[in-house]
Amino acid sequence: MALEIIDSCVNCSACEPLCPSKAIFAAKPHYLIDADKCNECAGEFDDPQCASICPVEGAILNSAGEEMNPPGSLTGIPPERWAAVQAEISAR
Amino acid sequence: MSLQTTEQTVSPAFAPAGGGCGAGSCGSTASQMNGLSDEVRAKVQDHPCYSEDAHHYFARMHAAVAPACNIQCNYCNRKYDCANESRPGVVSEVLTPEQAVKKTLAVAAHIPQMSVLGIAGPGDPLANPQRTFATFRQLAEKAPDIKLCVSTNGLALPECVDELARHNIEHVTITINCVDPDIGAKIYPWIFWKNQRVRGREAAAILIEQQQKGLEMLVARGILVKVNSVMIPGVNDEHLKEVSRIVKAKGAFLHNVMPLIAEPEHGTFFGLMGQRSPTADELKALQDACEGNMNMMRHCRQCRADAVGMLGEDRGAEFTMEKVEAMEIDHEAALARRQAFREKANAELEAKRARAHAPAPTTQVVTFHRPARKPQGRPVLMAVATKGSGVVNEHFGYAREFLVYEATEAGVKLIGHRKTDKYCGGSETCGDGESRIDRIIRALEGCEVVLCSRIGIEPWGALEAAGICPNVEHAMEPVEEAVMAVWRSLLEAGKLGGVGQGERRA
Ligand code: SF4
Ligand code: SF4
Repeated sequence: MALEIIDSCVNCSACEPLCPSKAIFAAKPHYLIDADKCNECAGEFDDPQCASICPVEGAILNSAGEEMNPPGSLTGIPPERWAAVQAEISAR
Repeated sequence: MSLQTTEQTVSPAFAPAGGGCGAGSCGSTASQMNGLSDEVRAKVQDHPCYSEDAHHYFARMHAAVAPACNIQCNYCNRKYDCANESRPGVVSEVLTPEQAVKKTLAVAAHIPQMSVLGIAGPGDPLANPQRTFATFRQLAEKAPDIKLCVSTNGLALPECVDELARHNIEHVTITINCVDPDIGAKIYPWIFWKNQRVRGREAAAILIEQQQKGLEMLVARGILVKVNSVMIPGVNDEHLKEVSRIVKAKGAFLHNVMPLIAEPEHGTFFGLMGQRSPTADELKALQDACEGNMNMMRHCRQCRADAVGMLGEDRGAEFTMEKVEAMEIDHEAALARRQAFREKANAELEAKRARAHAPAPTTQVVTFHRPARKPQGRPVLMAVATKGSGVVNEHFGYAREFLVYEATEAGVKLIGHRKTDKYCGGSETCGDGESRIDRIIRALEGCEVVLCSRIGIEPWGALEAAGICPNVEHAMEPVEEAVMAVWRSLLEAGKLGGVGQGERRA
């Protein structure tokens, strides 16, 4: 049971101080989670903290390898609505 | 404020015979600060970002110590620095507080004009409170003459106000793009709040509440607040007039409306979605509309989060950490140089202000007694090439930006600046193969005159062909006086209409 940071991480550091288990550390080329320390915030917070502040969709995976923040979850625009919203916004 | 006081804010040299110009914010550039109390003026007079006068004299730097952010803005891509205070599409070298202090001291030793250290990112300084406050703490100790300021999106502001007051922070900038959560939901997709990601309208409502609360708390503690707003056409452009009214009523002392920058290559949500930026005219119209309520800031350059130097210049490359580490510095001598420079610059500024405030030759009349009188001559926009000290002293060919002034009968007002090399770095054929002079001419849209210290024959001809009149007669003269002189000569030459029609009408 641990989350994983992958290479789309932009090294913003926002997740690091929030981790209750001190599992997150700066590394090159990007931040990493120590899988032995991460408990997915169980017993501490309702939501895993790193995945709740990470600004990049897809940068953090769950233990099944799925994106914690899938496409559209952070922009609020699901992929199938992208074209329609783009048309609306570019008409402003 | 009584009418009498309003009258005195006019720059008398240029005031119509009846005295007064209606709005308390008119007049020459030197009078930008006139709406402010003496106490506020004293605090901002050597701050380049807050005082139009000072920005010709003093330098600032930003220290990029704060990488994390607690909100998402649709005009920001977190691969790059925060777009609220710094230019989008830029990546700063993130420093530890210790490195930032070292760098600040090095810059202050080499640039005696250095008066302000700001922390503006690359994320949100108050989302990184330990790093931000550690930097302030050490600097207050080692360079007590440097003013400290900070910019924030406001979400964490209320909980940080006491600490800001403790560190003797005189200025805080809050980016406030809206006071209506429905509009906010179009600008902010989410915030991180009380250990959860909150989205949509609810997120915007919390952010707005925190910003307004933070603003009130800062004002209550006597900390100066500047408000930044990003103008997003079709989203908050009209709404910013209300924002301006509200933040003024709550005690913000300056409002800076900045244009959205949304290049698709920056990969921001707005950039990818084709959200357009405002035109120079739209921006000016909004700034003019807000100005009735509030002191507007017109000289902002949307600096990088690691900018170093005078506004409009960036000497960051001279002060990379590697170079800073190798420098040997006598800090006491540096402090003495800064103090000597400051005394001299402030004396010059004082003299300039005193000229602008010289008592009017005629008795001042209260506004509603002023006979209605048609102003003489139309307003004219003029572009000025300057490299500082408030004088026309830059060669046309070397100018990377032009300050744009509006001259009217009532005086001269800075209304903005125009970059001549796009953000890509200014190679001769940037993008579509347009030549540099064509690009400059396009950037100077709306300007009728360009003042510079010198100019080559070729660009002279190109400018004239484009209907812009180059002028080198006022080289090395103070900018406002030069612009006013050109305006008067245009008026006398009958080029501005309305001559001889200016007689009083009851
Ligand atoms: S899920 Fe929680 S415990 Fe695991 S790394 Fe993220 S913040 Fe730390
Ligand atoms: S919050 Fe996301 S992008 Fe930022 S450092 Fe952590 S994993 Fe990387």
